[in-house]
Amino acid sequence: MLRYIVQRVALMVPTLFGVAVLVFLMLRAMPGDITDVMFRAEGGGVPEALIQAERQRLGLDQPIWVQFGRWFWGVLQGNLGVSMWTGQPVTYEIAIRLELSLQVAIMATILAVLIAIPLGTLSALYKNTWIDYGIRIFSIAGLAVPSFWLGMIIILFLLTLFAWHPPLTFTPLWENPRENLSQLIWPALAVGYRYSAVATRMMRSTILEVLQEDYIRTARAKGVFERLVVVRHALRNAMLPVVTVIGLEFAFLIGGLVVTEQVFNLNGIGKLFVEAVTRGDNTLVQGLVLLVAATFILVNFAIDLLYGLLDPRIRYR
Amino acid sequence: MSAVPGTPDIAYAAPKRRHPVATFLVQQPLGAAGLGVIVVMILAAVFAPWVAPYDPLQVDYVNILAAPSAEHWLGTDNFGRDVLSRIIYGAQTALSVGFLASILGSTVGAVIGVTSAYFGGRIDMAIQRLMDILLSFPIIVLALAVVAILGKNIVLGVDVNLVIAIGLPMVPKVARVVRSAALAIREMPYIDAARTAGFSHSRIIFRHIVPNVTAPYLIMLTAFVGQAILLEASLSFLGLGVTEPTPAWGLMLSGSAIGFYQQAPWMIVFPGLAISLAVFAFNLFGDSLRDWLDPKLKL
Repeated sequence: MLRYIVQRVALMVPTLFGVAVLVFLMLRAMPGDITDVMFRAEGGGVPEALIQAERQRLGLDQPIWVQFGRWFWGVLQGNLGVSMWTGQPVTYEIAIRLELSLQVAIMATILAVLIAIPLGTLSALYKNTWIDYGIRIFSIAGLAVPSFWLGMIIILFLLTLFAWHPPLTFTPLWENPRENLSQLIWPALAVGYRYSAVATRMMRSTILEVLQEDYIRTARAKGVFERLVVVRHALRNAMLPVVTVIGLEFAFLIGGLVVTEQVFNLNGIGKLFVEAVTRGDNTLVQGLVLLVAATFILVNFAIDLLYGLLDPRIRYR
Repeated sequence: MSAVPGTPDIAYAAPKRRHPVATFLVQQPLGAAGLGVIVVMILAAVFAPWVAPYDPLQVDYVNILAAPSAEHWLGTDNFGRDVLSRIIYGAQTALSVGFLASILGSTVGAVIGVTSAYFGGRIDMAIQRLMDILLSFPIIVLALAVVAILGKNIVLGVDVNLVIAIGLPMVPKVARVVRSAALAIREMPYIDAARTAGFSHSRIIFRHIVPNVTAPYLIMLTAFVGQAILLEASLSFLGLGVTEPTPAWGLMLSGSAIGFYQQAPWMIVFPGLAISLAVFAFNLFGDSLRDWLDPKLKL
């Protein structure tokens, strides 16, 4: 087990290094740099010498491998560099927004699980009845409705019914839990719907598969109540693939947040990412991409470890 | 009329052979419904100049934010442009970008997957690591990065770089599925036979392996058209995809649209419904196609 963990961690390093190199090169392949956005957009009255001085200050005049070396050396020491736009450390820019995005992500996950497990199970148990058709249409629609549009419709709805506006400032959970939850439940719902749809479909198909297994027939044959067959035998064994999907979607949730945060006017990681890209703030983009990739890899790893806990037949060595 | 005397005159009832398309339509009613919506959308997009009641770009300051009525079925926007006409023309953007991106992404992915499986060893390892790296990015992050790097490159009214940005995230997913399908085929005796016969690599790949992985390829291709439409709408919504004045569904929801929530909800409701309906139809069709061609395939 320990050897397996060490091996997996060792394999993460080259993947993350690959991500770092790829992102760095891709960003440098872009014509122009942040100084264009900073100075040239403002009517072009900024003297050339000033622009060059700024480029020098940001280290943009150095050869690309020197830039990469400097940045990556910092990354190895846990220093993601300084945002080219705000002058604040990248870790700080991320840290002040992480709480919000993480909370929305966790709330969306809880919502998705609460919706997906009962609906997916019902859909499988009542296969090819109107219950199943209804749930399947509900979940296919969840994959089709854009989360940003769902967010807008939710706002429209709340606006006409309760004259509720998305608040301009964020209230942390411990300061005023009610305020905080009433603010974040809506974006969580907007992204959670899609998320629950993915999980519902997976739940349905795995339950259907598990119900074909011999041990289900055995359980039924020895006269176990159908409810117990479903809860103890089918559900438990169907959880593995569902856990995978839930984990992967969680890791990818930041993607859903990119647009949803825009709609609900939330200053989170997703909004920061869009800003960094449009401003050409390379260090910030690199930091965010590394964060996202690392999250994905770690979640993947956690899922694999969880497998061993959930299913004693799986052993890692 | 028997040709040979003495043989009875038997009218052989030829076994009723339905066209495969007809079988699909009968066996998969949900898929048929999806296909129906897709066909209607394609027709609307192609014949937009005849179908749309107004010019989608025509500004009409007298009828700004007009509610849905007999003249403007879905109302008008803040420039007095007809929402229905903009949605019909928007189908051109959505479908062209959706199909092109999906075809590009799936084809590149399939080529990579087959190559990786056929050659195996180090080439396979290297390709798989690269695909792992691509897979560790959320789709929209990858697309955003490509859009930011490549900028715009409009050829024949389609932003080629946008198509690349939307197609790229599909590549590793298709590559993985096609690779595993091709790996199974590589072990088949007829591949050994082809090798023994001294056929070239390209002949074995294109004549023996490729025809056997077309089912997963087609399934993934259709499944991704809906995703591509959704991604294009998201990017346009963020202001990084299709730009004004081109009518596009995501674009109709972005920018100033948010400011007219209360005054003109139809500006927000209808374009979103168009996106949802289009993606819904493609997903329905894709799902049924999978059930019909290869029910075991996991996407």
